[in-house]
Amino acid sequence: MNRETQSLLMLLVGGAALRISLTDVYLRYVKEGLRPFLIVSAAILLVIGAVTLWREIAERVRADRARSAGPAAAPASRYDGKHRAEGGCVGSGSADSGHGHSGPWVAWLLVLPVFAIFLIAPPSLGSYAAVRTGTSVAAPASTDYPPLPPGDPVPLTVLDYATRAVFEGDASLRDRTVKLSGFISPRDGGGVRLTRIILSCCAADGRPVKITMVGDLPPRLPLDTWVEVEGRYDQRTDSDPANGEKIPYLRVSSLREIEKPADPYEE
Amino acid sequence: MRQRRPVRRWQVGSLEVFTLVLLLVMMFRSQLVGLFATPAMQTWATIFVAIVVQAMPFLVIGVVISAIIAVYVPQSFFDKALPKNPALAVPVAGMGGAALPGCECSSVPIAGALVRRGVTPGAAFAFLLSAPAINPIVLVATAVAFPGNPEMVLARFVASALAAIAMGWLWLWLGRSEWIKLPARPNMSGMSRPVALAATARHDFIHAGGFLVVGGITAAALKVWIPAEWLTALAEQPVLAILALAALAVVLSICSEADAFVAASLTQFSLSARLTFLVVGPMIDLKLFAMQLGTFGKSFALRFAPATLIAAIGASALVGWVLL
Repeated sequence: MNRETQSLLMLLVGGAALRISLTDVYLRYVKEGLRPFLIVSAAILLVIGAVTLWREIAERVRADRARSAGPAAAPASRYDGKHRAEGGCVGSGSADSGHGHSGPWVAWLLVLPVFAIFLIAPPSLGSYAAVRTGTSVAAPASTDYPPLPPGDPVPLTVLDYATRAVFEGDASLRDRTVKLSGFISPRDGGGVRLTRIILSCCAADGRPVKITMVGDLPPRLPLDTWVEVEGRYDQRTDSDPANGEKIPYLRVSSLREIEKPADPYEE
Repeated sequence: MRQRRPVRRWQVGSLEVFTLVLLLVMMFRSQLVGLFATPAMQTWATIFVAIVVQAMPFLVIGVVISAIIAVYVPQSFFDKALPKNPALAVPVAGMGGAALPGCECSSVPIAGALVRRGVTPGAAFAFLLSAPAINPIVLVATAVAFPGNPEMVLARFVASALAAIAMGWLWLWLGRSEWIKLPARPNMSGMSRPVALAATARHDFIHAGGFLVVGGITAAALKVWIPAEWLTALAEQPVLAILALAALAVVLSICSEADAFVAASLTQFSLSARLTFLVVGPMIDLKLFAMQLGTFGKSFALRFAPATLIAAIGASALVGWVLL
């Protein structure tokens, strides 16, 4: 890979990073907090790519001028061939002409994330990933949960509901109607679960939180549909086959389909 | 004064290959997209892109710092900053790793720049291994992920520092400088400093970036295609559990700032096994191995990576036994 191509590749990678971080697309892969760093690093890549590319082109123009200047250039060319044979191609001698130094072949793979972003635009993690990973309800530091905020129904995160339901039963959830949103994933052995993926850093560490839904449900709920549900605590639990953790239940009283939120993950 | 024509006459240049690749991708766009229509392939693509996007800022910071070291920091600075005695320089550099907030993608190019700057390799490697594991951001993340077990933070710090310093000393004892093959940097004579900075950063980015992609591809594939039930079965055997989580840390290649949360979610495993996951991951994983291959060469990476794995498992087993 010659140096112009290396510079072009940096421009492409920087452009792809900038494109996803200027829209909400980056939220499918990483957390909101990374955005400024992503924008800055994309800008650095673009600047470095542009500066080095500009320099390569200037060098090439200078070399072309020198060649067309006349026969004086011919001896230099012969010398150059010899030099190349002795020095190999790695950074030898008059390296600033920019055509001798080749990057490793593996650098070509940098086009893959760029193609993935521009062509495939992979979606946020959904039911496929959720089934394969165990539900994540980490034991809290203390068992004293603050009472639920006022509101009827009270909006909660899927994680908040699941943690309360698993670790304190109905202590704070009793007699309250909660409102949760997430996507549909399948329950092993029939039925559906309300699911939300939580990220700590990026989608590679995404962990699902699952709640089995019972009650007033439409007969057919396609996987990965985003829904907002209202319902009440139900004392039953399932055991997640992937890690043996408890999956709480929610008795659903109303359900409506919603658009996938801009940030599909929970903290 | 070099000319390209005599070479170009019989060789297709990479710029032409590049154009051809772009054209082919555009022509077969719908077929390519069709390949990724299944949930498994989409999940793979999401995780792959996520790993690369998450690592990108850290990689860019790493190559910029390493280029600044190469272009602006004189060798005399490191001569003064580190003790003359290499055996003392190792722990100093190892603890110095605490000052670099970032994850492992930055530390590989920076360690390469330190070796070029004449820092004794043992000290540079102690820094390489400790920096991603013991910096304040990672320790705070660990404390947040294990709210009920503050001793995990101490255990992680001690075990990581121990393994990093042990590896630095091991290098002083057994390491040979001919194993290290740093890719030749472009000759920067005649460039202004900012241009030299850009050229050096491009060089390092191209060398480390491709390997980051290799690591991302592999880690995403294993994450999607290894059944989770296998892990549950392993968790019940104490020794196997430690080895299994060490192996998982290697294949998952998660950023050190995030691995504590993943470890916390592996509730079926013992705290000692999860400590191993936290110590091994930042020191050696598929992504890091690929990046070390690109930065230090094959003879180095093939020896250093297995030794690091053993040191990390040993240190975390020892510390886990004493502290947890």
